[in-house]
Amino acid sequence: MSTEKEPLFSNKNIKLLTEPLGSSNPITVQVLGVCSALAVTVKIKPAFVMAISVMVVLAVSNVVISLLRKTVPPRIRIIVQLVVIAAMVILVDQVLKAFLYDISKQLSVFVGLIITNCIIMGRLEAFALSNKPWQSFLDGIGNAAGYGIILIIIAFFRELLGSGTLWGYQVIPDSVYSFGYKNNGLMILPPMALIVVGVIIWIQRARNKDLQESN
Amino acid sequence: MRSYSNTYIFIFSSVMVIIVAALLSGAAITLQPYQKRNIEINKKRNILTSVNIESTAKNAEALYDQYILESIAINSKGEIKKGVDAFNLDMKKELAKPLKERSLPVFICSLDSSKLYIIPVYGKGLWGPIWGYVSLKNDLSTIYGANFSHKGETPGLGAEIANKSFQTEFFGKNIFNDKGEFVSVRVLKNGTANPNSKYEVDGISGGTITSRGVDAMLLDCLISYKPYFKNIKNE
Repeated sequence: MSTEKEPLFSNKNIKLLTEPLGSSNPITVQVLGVCSALAVTVKIKPAFVMAISVMVVLAVSNVVISLLRKTVPPRIRIIVQLVVIAAMVILVDQVLKAFLYDISKQLSVFVGLIITNCIIMGRLEAFALSNKPWQSFLDGIGNAAGYGIILIIIAFFRELLGSGTLWGYQVIPDSVYSFGYKNNGLMILPPMALIVVGVIIWIQRARNKDLQESN
Repeated sequence: MRSYSNTYIFIFSSVMVIIVAALLSGAAITLQPYQKRNIEINKKRNILTSVNIESTAKNAEALYDQYILESIAINSKGEIKKGVDAFNLDMKKELAKPLKERSLPVFICSLDSSKLYIIPVYGKGLWGPIWGYVSLKNDLSTIYGANFSHKGETPGLGAEIANKSFQTEFFGKNIFNDKGEFVSVRVLKNGTANPNSKYEVDGISGGTITSRGVDAMLLDCLISYKPYFKNIKNE
């Protein structure tokens, strides 16, 4: 590997971190990983833990694939990516079960869901296969953060309106309920997650003219 | 783009698979003792929760030894089976066996100088298994406490069975009616349970299939202890 000439946090590298948060967000702009965004956003807590786990898996597998990028035969690259992701996810799951059992219990099936998250394969294929490890690492962190932010925004509205709680604590006072206010049961169901994603995409495109398609 | 020979591809994939396999099995073997211990502690915590004793991962084992007098296994006739490790019985495997061959665990707890019987239950939710522990008072009908867990029910819906608010609904309910017939505690559609009834509780709105799973689980599991309860009462 050639010696790094540009500084670790050059403008280009910073962009790798910040762009996925806004103008190239994996969920709202690339519309990837929507399936898991629907599944884990009923409450903020699982959404947050899912975001952190995706970040770990994506950053590490991005680095691994980036290190291997010159040796991976293109014909079997998808299989190689899958093996790396699956191995990472199983490893994370095993470590959580051994040392952070309570968190592992909360995550339960979501850990397995990470394997099927298309953001991870998308980033490996689009970025890590043709970039250096450090850039790939930043790209992984950035994209996972972009994914996580949207997850938490959706979960915030769904938990607040659907259960009247935030992070498991009740925020809508009982007196409001006694006036006849009711939790919106529809918010808990998957269709509302899709609608919330849609509204977020709408707001983002209305504010950012670059994202609007011409036709 | 460089082209790769078939031999290279074969060698590359074989080496990759061997490395990954070695890594994962190494991790599984070294981490297994920790995981087993966590599962055991978690089980003890669940059992303690069913008799309304709050515990942490650290003090669970001490509290368990203090309150749980013995764990026994019984057969389908309600007789005590000797030489069976009741704590480590796998409910899933036991329920798959025909009724006569089953070993059913019972945990006996002593709390405030009264005896409580803790019965494990195991069933199906919407996405996977659900299980729990139900503790009965000395009359072998009144529920003292209940604790339910699940593998992967939907958060906010079916997963609510693991919440205190659902579990407290069971407190004081009866599994035998006044005539001594087994009725179990039925989990009905949310809002339809009669609050005065001793035999029914409200299910979770939006978690209908999981609620039905709890209903079926209680019915199926508790009934196999009927002979055991009878034997104790006749003693």
